[in-house]
Amino acid sequence: MTAALPRADVAPVASAKRRRRAPGWLAVVPLLVFVAIAFGLPAVAIVNGAFSVDDATTGATTYTGSNMTASLQGPYLTALLGSVKLSAIAAALGALLGLPLAQAVVSSRSRWLREAVLTASGVLANFGGVPLAFAFVATLGNAGVLTVHLGLKDSGWDLYSFWGLVLVYLYFLIPLMVLTITPALDGLRAQWREAALNNGATGVQYWRHVALPVLAPSLLGGLVLLFGSAFAAYATAAAMVGSAVPLVTLQIADALSGNVLVGQENIALALSLDMVLVAGLVMAVYLPLQRRSARWLDA
Amino acid sequence: MARRLTPWRWVVLGLAALYFLVPLAASVIFTVDVPGQGVSFDAYTKILSTDGFVSSLLLSLELAVATIAVVLLLMVPAVVALRLGSPRLRPVVEVVCSLPLVVPPIAFVAGIVTVLKWGPEHLSRTPLFETFVVIQNDKFPVVLVLAYVVMALPFVYRALDAGLRAIDVRTLVEAARSCGASWPQALLQAVLPNLRGALLNASFLTLALVLGEFTVSHLLGYAPFAVWIYNVGGEQAQMSVAVSVLSLLVTWALLLALAGAGGGRTRTANSRG
Repeated sequence: MTAALPRADVAPVASAKRRRRAPGWLAVVPLLVFVAIAFGLPAVAIVNGAFSVDDATTGATTYTGSNMTASLQGPYLTALLGSVKLSAIAAALGALLGLPLAQAVVSSRSRWLREAVLTASGVLANFGGVPLAFAFVATLGNAGVLTVHLGLKDSGWDLYSFWGLVLVYLYFLIPLMVLTITPALDGLRAQWREAALNNGATGVQYWRHVALPVLAPSLLGGLVLLFGSAFAAYATAAAMVGSAVPLVTLQIADALSGNVLVGQENIALALSLDMVLVAGLVMAVYLPLQRRSARWLDA
Repeated sequence: MARRLTPWRWVVLGLAALYFLVPLAASVIFTVDVPGQGVSFDAYTKILSTDGFVSSLLLSLELAVATIAVVLLLMVPAVVALRLGSPRLRPVVEVVCSLPLVVPPIAFVAGIVTVLKWGPEHLSRTPLFETFVVIQNDKFPVVLVLAYVVMALPFVYRALDAGLRAIDVRTLVEAARSCGASWPQALLQAVLPNLRGALLNASFLTLALVLGEFTVSHLLGYAPFAVWIYNVGGEQAQMSVAVSVLSLLVTWALLLALAGAGGGRTRTANSRG
């Protein structure tokens, strides 16, 4: 109870309590203002553009749902569904493969291994984009080292395809899963395992009845995060497959930077809004799961 | 306790190592094995002298430093304050920091392009117009920093939140205060040192994000590092692969060095109770 803060209000609150609250509001305000400008303006622009059509001759803007309708038809719909399918499959595989890897690291007593794997995951999870695409082209592309040396061409291997993209996406999805699930695995207390084993449970039973139920929210949360990450990926696909695989991100980029017909930008914004809606659905699932897992692990 | 799992663990780690190292090894082979000529290191020796390499890398690093500074200045006070007792604000900040996850970079950049187009059309006679010109300066595109800070928010929030979960901020601050520290002193000298691991973590993630970012910068027409690699890839396949490999290794080395410097990294969410 030392220096009193300037009294802005005369509400009858205990001084200690007020002293704790004042910095709270003030410290969060800059963040909110920044987000309102840097994120809010583009977000408003997306929604506004998705529902408006500019008349090229008069310059008048009319509000209509035609962009949204157009974005859910023909090639646009194919691209949207292609993105959802690719993301779902890649996320499921990434989660399945990331969990044992994370567990292997967490259960290891080697601090060095843990640091190395987590740091590597931090790098690799963000090693999407162009370098990743080129590394895989050099490895498994048409003139890639493995393709040539193992004669994969004859067995029908094609990197520039749906499954090729899945394989490449796993390169950043598995590390992302490791990063996401490691804190949860750390939160599994040794005592729970000991208690289960002391009561005669096998290792498998411990995992089935104790560890996995506790981990379930984190696992699902990770799955959803991976889906969102794969769904949003653009650079890797752009540098690798061009447009051999229909993806919504490639469509948006074409509409934004291609030989733009009038009104194409607004279709791009409508497609963007479609993506936001899918990603929003994903987050609506993810956030409650986060909270559930925190209940167990936050002690 | 964990000893029974050892063989299984090595199989998993081995397979992971295979999947993650083979593309790198193959890429290296690809860059030095010139068809019909045997081994040549030209792809690597020419990098430095290639047009645009140094400038694009410097631009990326400058952007990264600016982004890290801004995102930490915005986020650290906010998340610490939440722990100190504005519990009602917590969900607000959590949602705000998760919002960028809902808007994929490609959609985000579509929105930015629209705003940047709209600005000059409607604000040409206001001082704000100058702002639009300044943030799009080719030498240092502030607009990219704004975009990257937004994109980094979810990762930074998670990293800081995990770090804060491992320490008892309120007790730390109250202890410091009752020992006579002022508010800023308590935060700078009691809380921040305990958050070192989380701060480094957040900085790494942001650094990696900015160094590899392609979508926003490419579609806004700037040429930082990733865009330069993409452009080179069209002309010189081996050079682009060489730079890709190097960029990964350099980033990795940098992060490992920083992790080492960080020393005792806080064990996230590891409550020993």
